Amino acid sequence: MAIITMREAISQALWEEMERDERVFILGEEVGVWGGTYAVTKGFYDHFGPERIRDTPIAESVIVGAANGAAMAGLRPVAELMTINFAFLAMDQIVNHSAKLRSMFGGQFTVPVVIRAVGGGGRQLGATHSQTPDVVFAHFPGLKVVAPGTPLDAKGLLKASIRSDDPVLFIEHATLYQTRGEVPDGEVLQPIGVSKVQRPGRDVTLVTYSKMLQLSLQAAEQLSTEGIEAEIVDLRTLRPLDMGPVLDSFRRTNRAVIVEEGWRSYGVGAEVAARIYEEAFDYVDAPIGRVAQKEVPLPYNRQLEQMALPQVDDIVRAVREVV
Amino acid sequence: MNRNEQLRMYREMVLVRRLEEAAAALYQQGKIGGFLHLYIGQESVSTGIVSVRKPQDRVITAYRDHGVAISCGVSPEAVLAELMGKATGTSKGKGGSMHLADVGLNFWGGHAIVGAHLPLAAGMALADKYRGSDAVTLCFFGDGATNIGYFHEALNLSMVWRLPVLWICENNLYGMGTSVERASAVPEIRQKADGYGMPNSRVEGMNVLDVRQAAEQALAAVRSSGPYLLEVTTYRFRGHSMGDPERYRTSDEVQRWQEDDPIGVYRKWLADNKVASAKDLDGLEAEVEKAIEAAVRFAEESPEPAAEALYADMYVEGAG
Repeated sequence: MAIITMREAISQALWEEMERDERVFILGEEVGVWGGTYAVTKGFYDHFGPERIRDTPIAESVIVGAANGAAMAGLRPVAELMTINFAFLAMDQIVNHSAKLRSMFGGQFTVPVVIRAVGGGGRQLGATHSQTPDVVFAHFPGLKVVAPGTPLDAKGLLKASIRSDDPVLFIEHATLYQTRGEVPDGEVLQPIGVSKVQRPGRDVTLVTYSKMLQLSLQAAEQLSTEGIEAEIVDLRTLRPLDMGPVLDSFRRTNRAVIVEEGWRSYGVGAEVAARIYEEAFDYVDAPIGRVAQKEVPLPYNRQLEQMALPQVDDIVRAVREVV
Repeated sequence: MNRNEQLRMYREMVLVRRLEEAAAALYQQGKIGGFLHLYIGQESVSTGIVSVRKPQDRVITAYRDHGVAISCGVSPEAVLAELMGKATGTSKGKGGSMHLADVGLNFWGGHAIVGAHLPLAAGMALADKYRGSDAVTLCFFGDGATNIGYFHEALNLSMVWRLPVLWICENNLYGMGTSVERASAVPEIRQKADGYGMPNSRVEGMNVLDVRQAAEQALAAVRSSGPYLLEVTTYRFRGHSMGDPERYRTSDEVQRWQEDDPIGVYRKWLADNKVASAKDLDGLEAEVEKAIEAAVRFAEESPEPAAEALYADMYVEGAG
């Protein structure tokens, strides 16, 4: 067992899968000579060479489009989008192609592409570079959307994504790369589409994922000093969404708060709350709470930015309201 | 080229024509849904170009895909069944007219978003190059696709990475109802390849033999030195789709082009060069008509997809 950062976990997953399978290659902006703008692929270019670590022009739609085509032809491309905000430039390839090609052609071929995209706010990058639009992509059947919150899950889920025959959008959070966590030595695989209890508790269910998992864990520690024990269910995958552990937990706690970094409207909270009401209505003891980003384009100014982003205190307050 | 091949090409063009005439009738009867984009008038392009590809070469095209599908070897039965949404169609009824494909024949669709399949072609060619194959990807698209970002991103990348793609622009003079001169800053599409340092040429497409020769040269260029843009001028005799009021062109213009009907042009060549008599060709056409009648029957009698097909083929692993 080693304690490593999220960056190391993702880097190890890519490295190991490239060593394991010749069909895996990486393409994207600055992935090669530069070593990745978040240094995830540092050292890869020298080891794997320019055929397998392919620096591309700044042209997102052909990055994802060529990855789709290479996947159709039997390779296992990992396309890196420098930030998820640039995924909008590749939206047609992601939603009209990655997600649809297989079923639209009657299952004649697979599209085993992985699109890695870095999202999230909190780095004073301004409104266009700070979004958490995960639910936009999770809306589309045919795509799988994975968003880990710990180094263990990042490594295990990225390896599973690369091995998956289905197209996967793999969302990393820009402020989690230095987050440390325990990762077992040797092969680490985590299943796509399986939610996981990250902290047991009896009083309230916190449903969250990605960066907000870390904030929820902090909130849970604070609440514990007040005698409130929160159980944290980490979705890990937004599509397909595994509600099993959420509902199991809710049927014991009868209270829930959903914590996401993206905007509240039409968000993860809306979806998860609706499913709880649909499937566990008899167990509801309090209105389900939601913590989310204030509904504004994220400002540059540090104080305003932090005001708009969900904070640990917001989670603590929301929990107090439902228990 | 031997006589068999000369006649095979003629038969193929007639087959596409009769298939589409049958499709138009089925559409009028309400037996085909959605959009139907006919290739009538352009048959010489797919026939001439696909006739020189090798089996390992991939073919991909836009939504006006019936001709290319037949040229790649898809059966009229599978095409018509797909048009009618039947389980026996190329895409099991989930794709429709714009999404024909048969991967076994190295025909990769049939793509309905203008320009979007150009990056796919680049990626497939990348995969072939990555594996050390000498396969070329033949990518057909219309003149309209050359004004969208995809075209420029894909051509640029193909040149930077020297990908084995033959870019084939079927310039039928109109993107829907907007003429090339109203939509493109340069009059000849091939000029756009110059911006990427990509070799290119332009050929008139109404004579299938001219198209075939140009394709042979272009394919050889791709195999020896990388991507190439071949512009083929052509004309669709029918509207953009079945619901086109055709206000953007005159019937005189259409008639002038119809005098150069690629099937008529080639039929005359075959007769003039004593490859086949009028009687031979009539016999061949009659045989094609019977084949299309049988294919229509097959499609009409084919089953609808089962209800269980709804969620099938979306994910390989796990449910939605």
